[in-house]
Amino acid sequence: MSNRPGQSHQLRVGDRPLIKYSLIGITLLLTILLLVVPLISIFQQALVEGVGHYFASLLEGDTLHAIGLTLFVALLTVPINLVFGVMLAWSVTRFEFPGRKLLMTLMDIPFAVSPVVAGLLYLLLYGNNGWIGSWLYDQDIQLMFAWPGIVMVTVFVTCPFVARELIPLMQQQGREDEEAAVILGASGWQLFRRVTLPNIKWALIYGVILTNARAVGEFGAVSVVSGNIRGETNTLPLHVQLQYEDYQAAAAFASASLLALIALITLLFKAYIEWHQEKLMRNESDQEKQVAK
Amino acid sequence: MSILIDNISKHFGSFQALSPLSLDINEGEMIGLLGPSGSGKTTLLRIIAGLEGADSGRIQFGDRDVTNLHVRDRRVGFVFQNYALFRHMTVADNVAFGLEVLPKSKRPNAAAIRKRVMHLLDMVQLGHLAQRFPSQLSGGQKQRIALARALATQPEVLLLDEPFGALDAKVRKELRRWLRGLHDELGFTSVFVTHDQEEALELSDRVVVMSNGHIEQIDQPGDLYASPNSRFVFDFLGNANVFDAQFSQGKWQNNVASLQLPDEAPKTAGQIYLRSHEFHVSSVATEQAFLPLKVVAINLIGAEVRLELTPIDWHSDHIWEVDLPHKAFDKHCFEKGQTVFVTPKAGYFFANGQATPQPVYW
Amino acid sequence: MATHLSVAQARPKHKRVLPGLGLSLGTSLLFISLIMLLPMTGLIMQSVDMGWDEYWYVITNERVVASYKVTLWAAFFASIFNGLFGLLLAWVLVRYEFPGRRVLDALVDLPFALPTAVAGITLATLYSQNGWYGDLLASLGIKVAYTPVGIILAMAFTSIPFVVRTVQPVLEELSPEEEEAGMTLGASDWAVFRRVIFPALWPALMTGIALSFTRSLGEFGAVIFIAGNMPYVSEITSLMIFVSLQEFDFPAASAIASVVLMASLVLLFAINVWQARYLRRLHGR
Repeated sequence: MSNRPGQSHQLRVGDRPLIKYSLIGITLLLTILLLVVPLISIFQQALVEGVGHYFASLLEGDTLHAIGLTLFVALLTVPINLVFGVMLAWSVTRFEFPGRKLLMTLMDIPFAVSPVVAGLLYLLLYGNNGWIGSWLYDQDIQLMFAWPGIVMVTVFVTCPFVARELIPLMQQQGREDEEAAVILGASGWQLFRRVTLPNIKWALIYGVILTNARAVGEFGAVSVVSGNIRGETNTLPLHVQLQYEDYQAAAAFASASLLALIALITLLFKAYIEWHQEKLMRNESDQEKQVAK
Repeated sequence: MSILIDNISKHFGSFQALSPLSLDINEGEMIGLLGPSGSGKTTLLRIIAGLEGADSGRIQFGDRDVTNLHVRDRRVGFVFQNYALFRHMTVADNVAFGLEVLPKSKRPNAAAIRKRVMHLLDMVQLGHLAQRFPSQLSGGQKQRIALARALATQPEVLLLDEPFGALDAKVRKELRRWLRGLHDELGFTSVFVTHDQEEALELSDRVVVMSNGHIEQIDQPGDLYASPNSRFVFDFLGNANVFDAQFSQGKWQNNVASLQLPDEAPKTAGQIYLRSHEFHVSSVATEQAFLPLKVVAINLIGAEVRLELTPIDWHSDHIWEVDLPHKAFDKHCFEKGQTVFVTPKAGYFFANGQATPQPVYW
Repeated sequence: MATHLSVAQARPKHKRVLPGLGLSLGTSLLFISLIMLLPMTGLIMQSVDMGWDEYWYVITNERVVASYKVTLWAAFFASIFNGLFGLLLAWVLVRYEFPGRRVLDALVDLPFALPTAVAGITLATLYSQNGWYGDLLASLGIKVAYTPVGIILAMAFTSIPFVVRTVQPVLEELSPEEEEAGMTLGASDWAVFRRVIFPALWPALMTGIALSFTRSLGEFGAVIFIAGNMPYVSEITSLMIFVSLQEFDFPAASAIASVVLMASLVLLFAINVWQARYLRRLHGR
C-alpha cells in the first residue's frame, strides 16, 4: 500500500484497482467470447478449404450475381433514405409542431417490427392479391419476387438510421447558427449547405455507412419478397443461406466473409470519426487555454 | 471545530494549483476564501473536504489528523456550487440521505429520520416543498435544500463552494444574511469560496485573499480594506487608479502630470494606488497635484456619480474612475468631454521593486 | 377588432425564422405514409377478410401458442442478459481508461453492422457439435445449438448494442458532484452506486432492455439457423409466419403477423411514453 498523502481521496466510485481491473477483465473476456471469436471464425471457416477454393467460390456465377444485385439494391436504397433522414431530422429538430413526438415514434417502427412482418406487409399490399398489387398485375407490372420489391422492403427496414444519427446531434447543436445565417441573409439552400451541412457532416456520413451496412445485409424482409430465384432475385445474404443449407459451408462462409468485411469497414469508419472528433475537441480546448494565457 | 492547514500543496499535471500554504481556522469562525478564478481557492476547499488529495502537507480538524482520511469519514458538510442535489430523489429524500447511509448501529429509526428532516426543512423555511423534486425548485430554494442536506448529519465543519454564485442579486443578499444567522446560531466552523469581494467582506470573520495558488493576505474585512499588503490585494478589492511615477525635481512625475510628495514619503520612483472615492475633483489644478484628465463618461451608480477619465498628455494603462457624491457633482456640473483636475486625499505608494505599500496622506 | 385579426394572421409566418418546414415536413409525412402506414392497410384488409372465428383459431393454434412462449421467454432472457452485460460494458467504457478501449467501443456495434444471416450461420457453426464452443460445451454435457438456449444466444448477440448505447451517454453526463455529494454525506462506494448512480441510470437501462426485448421478439435471420426449428420446442413466431407464407397460407401468415405487429407497436409506444414521462420529472419540463 502506498502511503502518499491524499492518494486515497481522488478515487471515484468503482476506481479501486481491485474492482476496476476485475470489471475490465470480465468485460474483455465476455467480449472476446461473444463477439471477437465469432468474428474470427467467419474468416476461419471461409478459408478452411484453402485460399484457392475461397476465391473460386466467390467467382462462381450465382455468387457474382448475388453480389451485383446486393450492391444495386444498396445503391438505390441509400440515397432515398439519405434524403428522407435529412428532411425528417430538419423538420423535428428545427420546428415545433403538434404531433412532433408522434412523428419521432413512427420513425422507429422499422426498428420494432420484425423483418418478416415487414416483408409480409409489402407482399400483402403489392403482391398479386393485394389491392395495389392486383391493379399493378393488370398493368403487367410485377414488384414482388423481383428487384423492385427487394428495394422497397430494404428502404423500409433501413429508413430510420440516418435520422437516428442526425437528430440527437442537431438537437444538441441548437438553432442559433442557422438563425444567425438567416439574419445575415442566407437563402434556404445556402443555409443548409454552408452552415448546417458542415456541422452534421460526420454524423451524416456515418448514418449513410450504417444504412448501407444494413441494406446490404437485410435478410428476413428480403427473403419474404424475393422468391429466392437463384441467379435472379438472390441477394448475398440469401445466397449465404442457400449455400449453407446446401451443405457448402465453406462457400457460404466465403460469401459471409464479404458481408463481414463491410461490417468491419463500417466499425472502423465509426471509430475513425470518433477519434477525429475527439482530436478536434481537444485542439479547440487547447487553443482556448492558449488564448486564456 | 478548529481547522489546521499545514504546508498544503497541489499540482495538476504541470500546473501548480497550490504552492505550499498554511492557514489556521478557529472554532466557530467563518472564513471567506477570496480570489479570481484559477487562484486555487476551490482546490483548497476541496482538499479540506477530502474530495481532492494534497501532494504534501497535513490537515487537522481539532486534534484529529484527517490528512489520509477518506472524504466519507471526515464528517464535513459540503455545499456544491451547482448544489448537486440528487435529481431523482424528492427534497425530503435528499435531506434524509446522509442519515440513511449511516451504519446500522448509528442510524436513527425511520420515524426519527423523518422528524429530523422535517425539522431541517422548517429551519430552511421550505417544509412545504418536502415532496417536490429538485427540478421544480428555484435556485434559492435549491441552495437552501443543499444546505439542509449538508447539515443533516450535524457536521462541525461546513464548506461552501461559491454558495451564491448562481443566484440573482436580491436573492443572494437575503441568503447571505440568512446563512450568517444560521452560522452564528448553530456554531459550526464555516469556510466558503467566492470571487465576489463584497460577499467576502460582508460575510466573513476573516478573509483569505488568494492568487496563483498563494495566500496573499489573511485579515478581518475592515483591516483588509484599510491596509492591503500587496498590489494584488489592492487591485482585487475595490477600483484602484494607478499613477506610475518618476521621481524628479522633488515631485512624482509622469510626463506633464505631477504630484507633490507628502511628508515622510520615500523620495523614489514607484506606483501610487489611489481609490476612486478618495479624490477632490475640480476644473482647476491645485498646488498639490497637476493631474489633467478628460471626462469620457458619467455614470450614476446609486448614491454616487462615477466619472470615467482619460489622462491628457500623460500616461496610464487604464481608464481612471473617480466617485463623487451627488452633491459635489451637482455643484460642478461636469460634462462629457470637459477637462478636469483631480487631487488625491490619500493613497498607497509601492516603491519600485517593493511588494508592500506605504500609506501616504496629503 | 381588425388589428387583432391581422396580428393573429401575421403570427405564424413571423414565428418561423428558419426555412423549409413545408418541404421537410411534407416529404417526411409523405414518406412515412407511403413506406410505413400504407403497407399496413394490406395486413388489416387481409385480417378483416378472415372473420373472427378463423382469425382466433389461427392465432390460438397450439403450435403457434408454443412459438409465442418460446419467443417471449427467449427474448426475456436475452434482454435480461443484455441488461447486465450492457450495463457492465457501458460502465467500463465510460469510467476506465485502458489499452484497447477504443477497439472495444467499436466492437460493441458489430451486431448492428453484421448481417443477421451471417451471425446466424456463424453462431450455428460455433455451437454445433463439432464447432469450437459446441465441442467444449458438449464435454460438459451442455447442448446449445438446436435448443431454446441457442435462440436466447442468437437474440442476445443481435441486441447487445441497445443497452450499451442507451446507458453510455447518461453515464457520461452524470455529474461527478452528485457522487461527491454522496461521499461527503458519508456514503460508501456501494451506497453511492446503489442510491445515487443506479437510480439515475435506471430509466436508460430499462429503455435499453425494452428495446433489446422488442428487437429480440422480431429477430429472424440470426435465430433460424441455430434454433433447429422443432415444432413446439424451438420454433419462433417469425418463423411461423414464414412457414405459413411458404405454404401460401396468406390468411394465417397475416393473422399471426398482426399479433406480432400489435405487440411491437404497443411496446414501442409504451417505451416512448414512459421515457417522456421520466424525462419530464427529471428536467421539470
